[in-house]
Amino acid sequence: MSETHASAQLIGRYVGGDTGIPGDELWALEAHLENCPICRGRLAEVVGEQTPDVTSMLSGIWSELEPLAVSAPEPVRRRRWVATWASPTLVPWLGMTALVMGLALLVDWADTTAGRPSLVQLLAPVAPLLGVAVSWARGLDPAYELTSATPRAGLYLVLRRTIAVLVVVIPLLLLVGWAAETSVALSLLPCLAFTSATLALGGVIGVSRAAIVLASAWVVLVVGPVLAGSMIPLVLDPAGLPLWGAAFVLGVVTVVARSEAYTRLGSHR
Amino acid sequence: MKGDEQVIRAVNAAEVAPTTYAWEIRAEGLRVKAGRRMAVDGVDLSLGAGVHGLLGPNGAGKTTLIRALATVLRPAGGELELLGASVGGRTEQRRLRRQIGYLPQDFGFYKRFTVREFIEYMAWLKEVSKKDIPAAVQRAIERIGLADRADDRMKTLSGGMIRRAGIAQAIVNDPRILLLDEPAAGLDPAQRLRFRELLRELGSDTCVVVSTHLVEDVAMACTDVMLIDEGKPVFRGTPSELEAAGGAGDAGDSPIERGYTALLARHQPDRGSR
Repeated sequence: MSETHASAQLIGRYVGGDTGIPGDELWALEAHLENCPICRGRLAEVVGEQTPDVTSMLSGIWSELEPLAVSAPEPVRRRRWVATWASPTLVPWLGMTALVMGLALLVDWADTTAGRPSLVQLLAPVAPLLGVAVSWARGLDPAYELTSATPRAGLYLVLRRTIAVLVVVIPLLLLVGWAAETSVALSLLPCLAFTSATLALGGVIGVSRAAIVLASAWVVLVVGPVLAGSMIPLVLDPAGLPLWGAAFVLGVVTVVARSEAYTRLGSHR
Repeated sequence: MKGDEQVIRAVNAAEVAPTTYAWEIRAEGLRVKAGRRMAVDGVDLSLGAGVHGLLGPNGAGKTTLIRALATVLRPAGGELELLGASVGGRTEQRRLRRQIGYLPQDFGFYKRFTVREFIEYMAWLKEVSKKDIPAAVQRAIERIGLADRADDRMKTLSGGMIRRAGIAQAIVNDPRILLLDEPAAGLDPAQRLRFRELLRELGSDTCVVVSTHLVEDVAMACTDVMLIDEGKPVFRGTPSELEAAGGAGDAGDSPIERGYTALLARHQPDRGSR
């Protein structure tokens, strides 16, 4: 679309059917009109002014057609932007996550044995996994095959849906962590590391399988021993934070490198 | 477009650009795995505009072939070109998928969405530009004859209507390649007639691939037929050639069914007359 537009006079002559317009000028005008909505708008105005018979015919046709149209396209509702971020099936699963974290908080408040690690802190790393699994899962997302065949499928949509999960889960963890008086960094960094690891592993074995594998590994290897022996391993100590950071970065790098895997059916298990 | 506001629309250059490929779908020796099994083994295709029927018994590899064409399964071997572009590149794939419409065999949907919301959501996933979505959705709904139920929730629809909503989401982005896996399942006879009409209409400028096991549907709506069995192509030709392949001695109630069973029996002699 060039910066120069056709003059009003030229458009007027064109609409009037002036045969005196030189061929090259006519050709240039028509080529310009094809691509310039501004000049087409002006052309429409001139048609309205100069040729009332055309206008009256068109408005006659419109008034005849309008009662026949079943319904006009409805305006896009506001609710849509939420659907473009969160997976449409996410809400109940986030509710369940909030419920589990709330129960963990109640247990922490009720049980005040000295030296016992906080249950909120123990569960915080795996809190987002339920939401992440739902975002890209064959069994839990009914439209998985439709979704994975669309252009938006792939890393872009996976990350968008993961962000929607984290936007809810992180404030929840902050709130619950604050109420249980645990370390904020020790809740959030492991939570991010587990999220990225789930997506990375999910590219190979499917996201929901990856979430199940990682959550069970965490429960069996850390939560169980800690609750049984009441000792705090390195993974729950502030000294372990660099390890969590490294795991998070490694997960992100793997996800980006293998981004193509998310456009196939395999990542949907 | 109401009242005194007039719209003058010009055809833009992209709409009249000549195509730079000979076939919308071209495959050579295509092999695709479903799990560990080689479900499609050495299929050659060259499909242009028109309605192409994909026939075969259950487990013949129809769904796997359609999934490979929809680019959700990566071919295990051979060549696959869609709209002149070789399937595989990342950015290329995104551009390509914008021009593909796909209806899976059993497609899920979100029960709480209305028909319009569901198709709007699919249009968004297919990167239809934001300002075009309402009109494109309405057009798709009207083409498939669901306008009166557009604002009802999906869970209140009957099976045939859900199938039609599925077809509407497949055509909402005006695809150049339309892949329909068992689209006529669950439609009543009147709807099936209307659906065939729509197929013929779409086939005038779109490459439509319809997989079906309803042999009669193929005869009525398809410009050509491909018969596959155990992942291998058995027959390729027009519906009348398929009819001609069968003799009076073959199983079936109509000429086209007899042709179908005759060709399958020839391919798999040990199966006899199934």
